[in-house]
Amino acid sequence: MTQDQWTTVADVASAVCLLGGAFLAFAAGVGVLRFPDLLARMHAGTKPQVLGLALVLIGLALRLRSGGAVWALVLVAVFQMLTAPVAAHMVGRAGYRTGKVRSDLLVVDELTDDQERAQVRDQGRPDDDDPRD
Amino acid sequence: MTAVVWVCGVLLTVGAVLAVVRAEKGPSMLDRTIALDIVVTTMIAAVALYAAIERRTDVVPVLVVLSLVGFVGSVTIARFAAVEPEGEGRVRTREEIAAQEAERMDAEDEAEGSRRTGRREGYDEHHGGGAEGEVRG
Amino acid sequence: MSLHPRRHRWRTQWATIVWLTVVWVFLWGDLSVGNVLAGLLIALAVTTGLRMAPIDFHGRFRPLGFLRLSARFAVDLVKASFEVSLIAIRPRYVPRGAVIGVQLRSHSDLYLTLTAELCSLVPGSLVVEAHRLTGMLYLHVLDVRQSGGIEAARQSVLDQEERVLRAFASDEELVAAGLVGVRT
Repeated sequence: MTQDQWTTVADVASAVCLLGGAFLAFAAGVGVLRFPDLLARMHAGTKPQVLGLALVLIGLALRLRSGGAVWALVLVAVFQMLTAPVAAHMVGRAGYRTGKVRSDLLVVDELTDDQERAQVRDQGRPDDDDPRD
Repeated sequence: MTAVVWVCGVLLTVGAVLAVVRAEKGPSMLDRTIALDIVVTTMIAAVALYAAIERRTDVVPVLVVLSLVGFVGSVTIARFAAVEPEGEGRVRTREEIAAQEAERMDAEDEAEGSRRTGRREGYDEHHGGGAEGEVRG
Repeated sequence: MSLHPRRHRWRTQWATIVWLTVVWVFLWGDLSVGNVLAGLLIALAVTTGLRMAPIDFHGRFRPLGFLRLSARFAVDLVKASFEVSLIAIRPRYVPRGAVIGVQLRSHSDLYLTLTAELCSLVPGSLVVEAHRLTGMLYLHVLDVRQSGGIEAARQSVLDQEERVLRAFASDEELVAAGLVGVRT
């Protein structure tokens, strides 16, 4: 294939990736509006967002095709993959600690059960240190 | 390519608008944090879309900075989230504001009235009648 | 191993310094001597100025396990994103979630963190709380029906941990987790 044809292939692939990424970002917006409670909304905020961003960056990299800026895009993708779960975890933990999680909407809630069990245990034995905090 | 740009643009815009609606509705601070995180990610996608169309490489550092800002912002708000009292998470309607203002003014008038009578009695108590030339109303 | 305090710290932090230099070079985009030197200087300044607890890594890097981990992770990531998107878009479907606790088998912070990160990025689950001293991981599952039930979700986390251990752990750690002899 000639240089021109490679360019066209890269452009088409880039367009497909951009479309996929935009669709996933749109799904994230729909999800965060529709889901019933805080923890489910965090799902909408983490997963489509990460893959959507990765696809958009791949599309951009296919379009730019020059060496320098593409490495920074790899960096952005790696940052997002490393930090999105951490942000979601902190929001979830803050949700539990401020009482924003509604146990009645969940099928099973083992974290609240364990926390209550630990509280009962701590109140029964005030001299023992709770190993978990 | 123009069709692709239009479709992507519409998808991103609608997604961002829906996230902003959640940011307005969301009963707690944390819901709003997630929604605004999604808005920031949509901004990154939009800037990347622009860079892809124009084939510009000088906006790529903007993407790096935006991703860092999104992460640090969410984590900071989550770290300092405090227990919010019930009903604080929404915007009050005009009638509710008027009713609360009326309540507040009534309470203030009562407090002012009781303070005035209290001062008059206290004045007599402490100063044994006060100065003779004082005009007492 | 040297027990001199300053020399000991350099040795455990050289990996962080290399990583920071790589990040700096990626940011600038071209691999020139100036960039690498500047990256090294900044990495040194950051690691001496902002002191953090060094990560103990006693494991071994296994290429086959790592490839299996990466390939499976990529497939799961793509599947997960489209599944969650479908749940979001499908009209009149409300997902029923659950929070489950999983006891991990390894005793290291690094594997706990890796497993937690990977579990947050793949189908249907999100890490809500991690107790590092007891090795418990609490996850929120988005849709119990789609994950095949609560026990299936728990098993998938344990499978993820197994893949991480088979990619990075040393032999003693594998024995301690009870994983020797099942596969390569």
